[in-house]
This record gives sequence, C-alpha cells and structure tokens, in this order.
Amino acid sequence: METATQHITTKSDPAEQTPVIFIEHVCKRFGDNVVLNDFGMTVEKGENVVVLGRSGVGKSVLIKCIVGLLKADSGNIVVLDKDITSLDHDEMDKMRARVGFLFQSNALYDSMTVRKNLEFPLRRHWIESSRDEIDAMVLEALENVGLAHTIDMMPEELSGGMKKRVALARTLILKPEIILYDEPTTGLDPVTGKEISMLIVELQAKYRTSSIIISHDMHCVKLTASKIVLLMDGKNYCSGTYEALSRSTDPAVKQFFE
Amino acid sequence: MTGDLSRFTGRFFAYGIKPRYELAEFLRQCYMIGNRSLPLVGLTGFIMGLVLTMQLRPSLVDYGVESQLPAMVGIAIVREIGPVITALIFAGKIGSSIGAELGSMKVTEQIDAMEVSGTNPFKYLVVTRVMAATLMLPVLVVLSDGISLLGAFLGVNIRSVTSFTLFFRQVIDNLAFGDVFPAFIKTFLFGFAVGIIGCHKGYYSSKGTEGVGRAANSAVVLSSIVIFIIDLIVVQVTDLIGIN
Repeated sequence: METATQHITTKSDPAEQTPVIFIEHVCKRFGDNVVLNDFGMTVEKGENVVVLGRSGVGKSVLIKCIVGLLKADSGNIVVLDKDITSLDHDEMDKMRARVGFLFQSNALYDSMTVRKNLEFPLRRHWIESSRDEIDAMVLEALENVGLAHTIDMMPEELSGGMKKRVALARTLILKPEIILYDEPTTGLDPVTGKEISMLIVELQAKYRTSSIIISHDMHCVKLTASKIVLLMDGKNYCSGTYEALSRSTDPAVKQFFE
Repeated sequence: MTGDLSRFTGRFFAYGIKPRYELAEFLRQCYMIGNRSLPLVGLTGFIMGLVLTMQLRPSLVDYGVESQLPAMVGIAIVREIGPVITALIFAGKIGSSIGAELGSMKVTEQIDAMEVSGTNPFKYLVVTRVMAATLMLPVLVVLSDGISLLGAFLGVNIRSVTSFTLFFRQVIDNLAFGDVFPAFIKTFLFGFAVGIIGCHKGYYSSKGTEGVGRAANSAVVLSSIVIFIIDLIVVQVTDLIGIN
C-alpha cells in the first residue's frame, strides 16, 4: 500500500505504462462543502482503477469532472494527453467520443427503443455509416452484453440488470479508450452484480480499455480492480492493489475490507 | 427567478441561431405537441363556442339585437376567448408535460448522458421544444377558433334557424384587421412563454421525484400567469399604436 504522494506501479505490461488519465491538485467545492481537496491520481493504459470511498465523499463528482459534466475549481485533469479544463465545447465533444461513461442510474432514454438508444451516440458524433453498418454496430454491441433480443424493446420493459447491460452496450458502441463506471452494481442483486462485474472485466480485456470504476461493492472491487484509490476527505488517502490494501492495518482502510 | 428565466431565454436565442440545427427533433416535437393537444383543444373550443352563444343570447334578446349574435360571438372568440382559453389549456397540457419530461430526464441523468454523447442538451431538448410550442400554439388557436365557431353555429340554431353560410358571412363581415392581427400575434408569445417556462422548470428541477412534480406544477401556474400578463401588454400596445 502506498500513500497519495507515492503512486504505485501495477503489474501491467511496462510498454503500456502511459497515463491515459492524469489528475493533480484538483479541488471542487459546492458552497462551503469541500468535496475534492488537492486530489490526485493516475490511470495507466489498460488499467482498471477502482475509486473507493464512503457515500457522499465525491467519487461521482470526480468522474463527472473528468468528463466535463462538472468543472473543477482548480487543478489539472489531463485525459488522453489533453487538459480537459482548457478544452472548448467542440474539442470536449471530440474527447467525449473517446471516453465512455456508464451512469449509476443507467440514463437510458425512456422515449427511445434500445436500438435508438444505441444509435444516438453514433449519430451525434457524425459517424458516417450506412443503415446496415449502423445496424451491425448496434447488434454487435448488444451481443457483447448478451441482449441482442432486446433490440426493439423499450427501456421500461427491461429488468434492472438488463438496463445496466444495455447502458454498457451504449457506452461501448463508440469503442472508447477509457470507460468511467459510476457504481455499476448498485441496486442489483449479488448474482447480477457479479455478472456485471465479470462483463466489465471481459469487455476491458476484449477492447483493451482503461477504466475508472466508482464503487463500494467490495465483490465488484475485488473482481475488477487492478488498482484501488481510496478517496477520503477529498484526498487520495492511499492507493494500491486489492491484496495490498486488504492487508492494511490502518482502520480507515480496514473498514472497507472487513 | 426572473433573472434565471431571463438568462435561460437569452441562452435559447444564443443557441437557437447557432448551427447545428436539430431539425428532426424539432419536427418530432411539432408533431407531438400539436397532435397531443388537438383533441383537447378541439373539444374545449367546441363547448366554449356553444356555451358562449347560449349565455349571450338572453342579454341580446333583452336589447333586441339577437341578430347580432354571430358577430358578437365571432369577435369574442377570435379576439380574446379563443387565444387565451386555448393558451391556458396548452399551458396545462404541454407546459406540464415539458416540465415533467425534462425534470424526469434531469433526475435520471438522461440530460448528462446526452451531454457525454456529444449532444448539446440545451439545443436538443430546449430549443426544439420552445420553437415547436411557439409555432404550434398559433395553429391550434386557428383550429380552435374554427371549431368554436362551429359550436357557436350550433348554439344559434338551438333557439332559431340560421344557415351555415349566413352565420359565417356575418362573423367574417364583422371581423376587422384589428381583431385578427393582434390576436394572432399574441398566440406566438403565449406559445413561447409556455415552452420556455416549461423547459426552464424541468431543466432546473431539483433532484428527486418531488422536484419533477413541482416542476410540472409550477410550469403550469407560472405559464398561466404570464399568459394573462402578455395578454394585458398586447392589448395596451395595440391600443397605443392604434390597431385595436
């Protein structure tokens, strides 16, 4: 286990040790409530970093800052070699095509079928494809999550686990280099939660993406994490592998693994 | 709140004129907003014309001017009752629906999802809905006025006999430019007000289902008040410039 000032090296291939996300000195407050306070972390290429922390500590705020949904008050957030705090709207849109985001609530568009939900990001990013090519891409994304048969269903007809899978398929359809998962197993039963965690690992291996996973579901953390960052009091309290942190004697760390 | 709404309106104009234009979504909204409101607007318009005629008749009979009934009903419907009542029904149906829809999209992070998909949610959701509401309400008012006059024709024929041609000739002969033009112009303003208030309430609704309900409710209440204020202003302005 290492502290915030000593970013650890994971067991990934040394050739892939290019940080795809580099965050330093990030501060974010809402009124008097300081959520992120001089926070820093890195994500290397091909790495799955789980950000662990108690509810309300600012985990979701962090990934919303990374994708530009919230603006950090200060600090640097460099994603795929671009400082997102200085990007204009068009550059940010281009960046967002390379960064997928899986929302905690799935955020499927209620008024659209599964097919239209998946087509939406393709059309928005001006991907020039024929009808047949778009259909093939939609089908491939749904097959990846085992839900090809739901293509013409409405989101309201799907179960919680199916909605999560469809949301994951929508996130994957643009083949992003980075995926940000906001509590991917929250609200799911343990079996479905495990299936989603396994799916995240499978898809990460298949598409060689890098990920930040926000979670406090320790089963999901154990299955998915190549590195864990513990967010506490707005800071990167410590980081390390699951095995290293689970052996920690620090009560603040230990409480998550008991 | 006025400041927020003014900034929101400013943003509407700023984004509305800038490409890319969301034409497909705008046309979809025109269809949804117009189509969804037509049965209710038609039904209330018909009843309104019928009831207004039945209520006016005794007074006109007392003054011995029963023959003026089609003209009076026509002017009342076209100048004031048609646009205002239709706009109030529109506010109840479309204002609340826009407020609730956007509020629910906000709560379930669909607006954020749109943004990370590379879509400007303000342009896609707000600009299209406000423009559709602004353009569809005048169309609905014209239809509602026509249906109201049919109701009025039926109302006239309950106690007396008037031909369809004679009734409508009397209505049209008594309508002046000053009756039709300001009434038509204000329907665009009513539609714009309903659209922008509904979108503002939904887009900035606070989190949670309670917030969605509050957004829908306050969209209707505020839109209704603003409709009356616009009506008052338009009457004053048209009076001042002499087209009333």
